[in-house]
Amino acid sequence: MTSTIDDSDKEKTLSVSVDLNNDTSLLIDIPDALCERDKVKFTVHTKTTLSSFQKPDFSVPRQHEDFIWLHDALVETEDYAGLIIPPAPPKPDFESPREKMHKLGEGEATMTKEEYTKMKQELEAEYLAVFKKTVQVHEVFLQRLSSHPILSKDRNFQIFLEYDQDLSVRRKNAKETFGSFFKNMVKSADEVIISGIKEVDDFFEQEKTFLLDYSSKIKDSTARAEKMTRSHKNVADDYIHISSTLNSLSVDDNTALKKHFEKLSDLFEKLRKVEGRVASDQELKLTELLRYYMRDIQAAKDLLYRRARTLADYENSNKALDKARLKSKAVAAVEEQQQQCLQRFNKLSESGKRELTSFKGRRVVAFRKNLIEMAELEIKHAKVGHTGDSLSFFLSVFYMYWGESDSIPHCRVCICVCVYIQLKSVVYIHLG
Amino acid sequence: MKMATSSERSPPPFPEDLEPEPDEVGDQDSDDGEDIFLGTDNPLEIKMDPSLSASDIASSTKPLSEASSPPVMDLLSEPASEASSAPMVDLLMEPASEGSSAPMVDILSEPASEASSAPMVDLLMEPAREGSSAPMVDLLMEPASEASSAPMLDLFMEPASEASSGPMMNLLMEPASDDLKEPPKPDIDPLADILNDTPLSEVKTPVAAMPQETPSDLFDDEPSELFAEPRQSNTAKQQQTSIFDEPDEDLFSEPLGEASKKPQNDFFKEALAPVAKASNVCGPLSDNYNEHPTDIFTEEAMTTLPSAVSTVSVNSKTNGVHSDEEEPDIFAEATVELSLDSPRNDRKKKEAAKPSASAPAPSVSASASKPQPKTLEEVQYITLEEEVEDKFELNISITNPEKVGDGMNAYMAYKVSTQTTLPMFRSKTFTVRRRFSDFLGLYEKLSDKHTPNGYIVPPPPEKSIMGMTKVKVGKEDNSSAEFVERRRAALERYLQRVVFHPSLLQDPDVREFLERDDMPRAHNTQALSGAGFLKMINRATDSLSKMTIKMNESDVWFEEKLQEVEAEDQQLRKLHIMVDSLVGHRKELSVNTGGFAKSVAMLGSSEDNTALSRALSQLAEVEDKMEQLHQEQAASDSFCFAELLADYIRLLGSVRASFDQRMKTWQRWQDAQNMLQKKRETEAKLLWANKPDKLQQAKDDITEWEAKVTQYERDFDRVSATVRKEVLRFEKEKACDFKKQIIKYLESLLQSQQQLIKYWEAFLPEAKAIA
Repeated sequence: MTSTIDDSDKEKTLSVSVDLNNDTSLLIDIPDALCERDKVKFTVHTKTTLSSFQKPDFSVPRQHEDFIWLHDALVETEDYAGLIIPPAPPKPDFESPREKMHKLGEGEATMTKEEYTKMKQELEAEYLAVFKKTVQVHEVFLQRLSSHPILSKDRNFQIFLEYDQDLSVRRKNAKETFGSFFKNMVKSADEVIISGIKEVDDFFEQEKTFLLDYSSKIKDSTARAEKMTRSHKNVADDYIHISSTLNSLSVDDNTALKKHFEKLSDLFEKLRKVEGRVASDQELKLTELLRYYMRDIQAAKDLLYRRARTLADYENSNKALDKARLKSKAVAAVEEQQQQCLQRFNKLSESGKRELTSFKGRRVVAFRKNLIEMAELEIKHAKVGHTGDSLSFFLSVFYMYWGESDSIPHCRVCICVCVYIQLKSVVYIHLG
Repeated sequence: MKMATSSERSPPPFPEDLEPEPDEVGDQDSDDGEDIFLGTDNPLEIKMDPSLSASDIASSTKPLSEASSPPVMDLLSEPASEASSAPMVDLLMEPASEGSSAPMVDILSEPASEASSAPMVDLLMEPAREGSSAPMVDLLMEPASEASSAPMLDLFMEPASEASSGPMMNLLMEPASDDLKEPPKPDIDPLADILNDTPLSEVKTPVAAMPQETPSDLFDDEPSELFAEPRQSNTAKQQQTSIFDEPDEDLFSEPLGEASKKPQNDFFKEALAPVAKASNVCGPLSDNYNEHPTDIFTEEAMTTLPSAVSTVSVNSKTNGVHSDEEEPDIFAEATVELSLDSPRNDRKKKEAAKPSASAPAPSVSASASKPQPKTLEEVQYITLEEEVEDKFELNISITNPEKVGDGMNAYMAYKVSTQTTLPMFRSKTFTVRRRFSDFLGLYEKLSDKHTPNGYIVPPPPEKSIMGMTKVKVGKEDNSSAEFVERRRAALERYLQRVVFHPSLLQDPDVREFLERDDMPRAHNTQALSGAGFLKMINRATDSLSKMTIKMNESDVWFEEKLQEVEAEDQQLRKLHIMVDSLVGHRKELSVNTGGFAKSVAMLGSSEDNTALSRALSQLAEVEDKMEQLHQEQAASDSFCFAELLADYIRLLGSVRASFDQRMKTWQRWQDAQNMLQKKRETEAKLLWANKPDKLQQAKDDITEWEAKVTQYERDFDRVSATVRKEVLRFEKEKACDFKKQIIKYLESLLQSQQQLIKYWEAFLPEAKAIA
């Protein structure tokens, strides 16, 4: 399956806003991406005025693994310990739509052709949405790097952007995978150990409790939001089946109900579209936001960890210094080390403070933007669902069809409305 | 030979105690009954088309209608003030004449060409357009008289004048018709009311006076002629049927449909101009069907049917139950009839006149029980459900489900309240308590009695061991409350279906069920009691024999209907599954939304930016309301939609049962015929073998079997006729039910969408307030 993204779509789907500074010296986007089986090839396009690049405008092909490599390289760079490293984009996951497609293929016999086509379209749309999202997440990662005053100067980053061959990053072998797993274990254990260390700075103390609390909450919210959007999708899918069954019912029916079934089927088809859009917009504006900030908070937590680590180191070196003084052996060297630790810690604290404050601002802005957009979209969809051409209109049509011999009192009112609409058009014609 | 004729004759043969003449009447009656059904269906369809086009108009001229022009508003809201708004009236008149002349041409072109009076079409068209019908009638009479002989003239004149002045007349006569209407028709077209309110009708009143005279003249003359010379009109009838059999169907069903479709097609071509046409055609046409017949009939009733009225009074004496509804029913029948096929008018009149002579005899002789209810039923079939509802004034509601007893012996008792003005009940309002098994018992009784006759007995909701156990265990949770409510509603609908069935209402068991305080407990409803077991075996053998019986269907109608029913059954089942899954998914959505709401609330509480925290807690609130909304929507999915489908899946089962019943009676008849054949062969053998002693025995057998064959054949015919009527009635009720429920459902959808907008709109400023 091959799909490409055009720019107009991207603008619509840009769900996670990045607090970009208006520096135009380095602009990065992913205008195109190609999906071949498991691999996604992104075209990374860079436009720059910086002299460190050879050309002002260039594109390179990159894969997901290259992004991961870049991220890991950044994380492992000692100098960036005091920065929130933008979270690595998640691995492209086309499993769920693929699986659904497979299931659909199996269930083809039980569905009418029309139903099947619609389901397939729906799945393709879902697939495309996932694809777009993937591209976008990767793009955002690069944009965050490019907008960062320090990270944008990183050598690896520049290589990533400029080197026009395949980076052919070596995949992690089993040992390394295990190693990183082990490292994570150690890190978590270390986290527990150093959590006992008394915090010297109130700001970081607060920040730590906040982030811990927040990350667990946002994790929960993300999971629930995912569930919610998924069941919303299910509802939309049910509408497809209902619509098509009603349609076949209308084909068989020869009584007065025929037309009504037809209309009802149309209505459900419209409702399906509305619900589907609501679901996908919720996914994009809400779930994706939460998901991104879940990762971002993890990155912030990592920063805190690194700082706490240096704090622990500093304290250890203090102890070592005390010991050395007691024994008065190699005091100078230990003192030197202690000073280094202190320096490092102070540097980290300083940049960490800055980073965390900017992170807070960025988060609020992003939430604001997305919540507004979501509310607007919800209203828009609900209005499409009810005024305009769908629900109330259908309702009035139904009143019309059935109104003439009905005892439901408000029917009359609706007939009035229908007649009124007709009269209006009559008048309009007369007036030219 | 006999078989062939009888199977072709679809209507039921009447029991033997009737003279041949009433038999024939009955024939025609039921014949007409079919037409009436066809006819009453037609207006629906016809109306559909214009409204379809109207809807197209509405959708495509959305911008137009949004540029709403105040005059119309005024027109609708305060007609008095705008009464003299000349441009409006002109405007309405103009397209009206256009619109009505279009169908008129179609209508007339066919009978006209049959009567070989081509000029008439042109002539008719012109006056019609001018809007004055006085010259038109003149012109009409001329070519008509030229075209055909004397009896033909009368006959033709009537349909012609009716057809031509039909759309015209009712446009013009509306104000008058209101005054003329004698029996208050319950379903007066609201359109007419609206139009009456508008200045349109006021302005047209002077015009109305003119055409009104002419038709009444026509009617005044003709019936008297009919009554004066019955012989002549009899022969006239012969010709008339031959001439008009075809046209009278085409006349009203097809051309009108075409006419109303036409503007729609035009609409696509010409985009704007026909909008006027379409909307107007829609108006007058529907008027035509509702208003027009009453007009004519009221006049007619006064002038021609004093005898019929007297019959009615005789009948109502003998059959107390129907006394208060019979009269309007007959009127209703006649009106429907009139609206459909005007050439049959005079036949109808004759029929009405005939029973006036013959009907008193059976009714006075108190043998009214069989034939009389029959015709009454037929009359009732014709009336729409609403009419029945209105006239019966029988309201049944089931309330206060109450748990009685404890543990596994507990059961739910429901309060069945009846409100009625029917004289067959002892009092006007009464209440009884019934438990679920009583409802099942009622069904068993009714089904045993009426299913063999081909009636569609509405089935009660199924036993649900799961649901009931939950209730019995006494958990007062959501699902068991929902179960009880769902069952209550289902029982209510079931009982309403029973009492709205004209024949079932007559059943003493129904009355007992509604009235009697101490109902003997129905025992045989236990899931696996002895009787139930027997029944199961019976059903098994039934379904086996169903497979083995190969019926060579003599009536295509039944074959087609059965196929339709089966296909529909399948589709409904599928739809039901889908809707169920929708309900499930929506409930899931509701739960998940609730979870998300809580989670967001927590997130908001730990957010350190005040504005964002506020917004998040607002979002939580919105999502909370969403949860509620989804839940309500799920409930309405299930109550309005899924339950309706479940009901109709069960009802279709009953419909199929009635078809099976018909097949069974057919089988019995066939078996009897085979038997008779055998007996005859034995007789022949005996004759040949010359055994006179046994010959007498054989002859007796033959006469016995001959009687049986005729009896079974008659049974089959009767069952067939009943099934046919029942199916038609069922379809009508189905349309009604679906319409009510679907409208209800759409309203609930609409409402939840509106709520949704409200919630999000309230949320938007909060989101914007995040700084």
